Amino acid sequence: MTEQTINAPETGGPSWAAQLRQRIFGHLGLTIGGGILTLIVLCALLAGVIAPHDPYVQELTNRFASPVWMDGGGWDHILGTDHLGRDYLSRLLYGARISLLIGIVAALISGMIGTIMGVSAGYFGGKVDAVVMFLITVRLSMPVVLVALAVVALFGGSLFVVVTVLGLLLWDRFAVVMRSCTMQIRDLDYITSAKALGCSTPRILLTEIMPNVLNSLIVVVTLEMAHAIVLEAALSFLGLGVQPPLPSWGLMISEGKDMLLFEPWLITIPGVALFTLIFAINMLGDGIRDVTAPENRN
Amino acid sequence: MLHFFLKRLALAALVALTVSLISFSLLFLAGDPAIALAGEGATDADIHAIRTQYGFDRPVMEQYLFWLKNALAGDFGTSYYFKTPVINLIAEKMPTTMILGLSAISFAILLSIPLGVLAAVKPNSLFDRIALFISVIGQAIPSFWFGLILIVTFAVKLRWVPVSGSDSWQHFILPTIVLGYYATPAIMRLTRAGMLEVLRADYIRTARAKGIRPGKVLFKHALRNAVIPVVGLAAVQLGFMLGGSVIIESIFALNGAGFLAFESISRNDFPVVQALILIFSLIYVLLTLLADLLNAWLDPRIRVA
Repeated sequence: MTEQTINAPETGGPSWAAQLRQRIFGHLGLTIGGGILTLIVLCALLAGVIAPHDPYVQELTNRFASPVWMDGGGWDHILGTDHLGRDYLSRLLYGARISLLIGIVAALISGMIGTIMGVSAGYFGGKVDAVVMFLITVRLSMPVVLVALAVVALFGGSLFVVVTVLGLLLWDRFAVVMRSCTMQIRDLDYITSAKALGCSTPRILLTEIMPNVLNSLIVVVTLEMAHAIVLEAALSFLGLGVQPPLPSWGLMISEGKDMLLFEPWLITIPGVALFTLIFAINMLGDGIRDVTAPENRN
Repeated sequence: MLHFFLKRLALAALVALTVSLISFSLLFLAGDPAIALAGEGATDADIHAIRTQYGFDRPVMEQYLFWLKNALAGDFGTSYYFKTPVINLIAEKMPTTMILGLSAISFAILLSIPLGVLAAVKPNSLFDRIALFISVIGQAIPSFWFGLILIVTFAVKLRWVPVSGSDSWQHFILPTIVLGYYATPAIMRLTRAGMLEVLRADYIRTARAKGIRPGKVLFKHALRNAVIPVVGLAAVQLGFMLGGSVIIESIFALNGAGFLAFESISRNDFPVVQALILIFSLIYVLLTLLADLLNAWLDPRIRVA
């Protein structure tokens, strides 16, 4: 590294924050993904304010009203009504809450488990590593969907059960990635000097290792959020996830399935919503990976 | 090679044993199996008789060892619902799932390897863009919804293929596409990355300098080396796919082991669920073992590591 690059910020070049801003907004995928996700999060948070109707109120005389762009559609129910005459747009907006909640909580639980396992395996190596690798192999060999379905069937389908089961199942990628990231840095000089200074192991893990594997952790969080959201939708679709009358998008697709031949928009609308959410989260994850990769700095 | 083989085999056996313990404990979580087996309207005496007959009154560990011993001999107990041996039910349905899994992985490979190669040979070209598009969509589209959309389009509107069932090969077309598409992005990206790396290698430059035809360089020299990690991934993906067949078979009412698993879960028929979890896990363990051995055979460097 030359003298010039070290002094770059002081000599009038763009500041670190400006560079970061430029990297973030210069990345198309990150901007699009982040933008769409922000919009969906806002919809979920403000569902109570912006939803035109109560998502649970049934209007049995007005079942399967068409969306506004189809023949017979009206502005009162912009996205039409479902098989019980409930406003589809309102259910879609409230459904975003369920998907986001599932994604965040499941990724939080699995992220904790996987990070603890992966970081300890990578840092301590030896027997700890062997045990963690074994657990990862066992976990990977179990069919996720089948186990999740079976456990949800045993304990009854509810938001709490689904989120817990997914959280307890989806830690494998966290463990794999955190393990290899930790291995890459555990023998670097700054870790060795922290050891030489007499820092305790927990302190080294928390203040030296963790900040340096955080970028990869965030990327895995986005991947697993998306994974959990799709799995919840699939479980709810099969009738073994979130239970009616909650407006889960997977459940909406499942309820619309019976009218597949006559009213295909019933499955198209929540499906497109689900696709858009997953797409945005993936874009954001890829973007964060690109932007934070060391080779892209400066 | 022998040392590597034995070590891998021991690990696979240990994994299988652990999975068997987990799937056995599922039955315990499911509540009293004697009550489930006796069915509705059974007297206390009936339930007691079944409990002694099936050995549900013995210690848990003893029951596990007994179950394991039987499972090793292919006896997974009796279905609560059908009252027939679980193994017969599974043997009847498994071929459908195997056909679906194999055709789906073939579809994925046939789609992703050529596209991955083309994308790597001409980065940022139209092929690269198409490959990127397919993989971005593939990662974001929920497979059960994709299945429904295909049914509406190709079975209902266009009437090219049947809607559901498993009577003819036409019934497998849509499920194969849906299940295969799920594995496509990962295989394609790995092929592309592998090809990009290999094409920069010295031996490719040498081969080109010797005046070997470009096609031969690409397929004989480059692809053979780039495809080594893809073999492992494809095996792993096939394992995931068989597990994922639960969703796909349920949508298309394809009468395979995945559909059986879904129906058995809905019917609380836990001996069947337990056996299927174990069998799907064992297939995955075998597939990864096979992939490791195949990789070691293809790439001598792995054997040493």
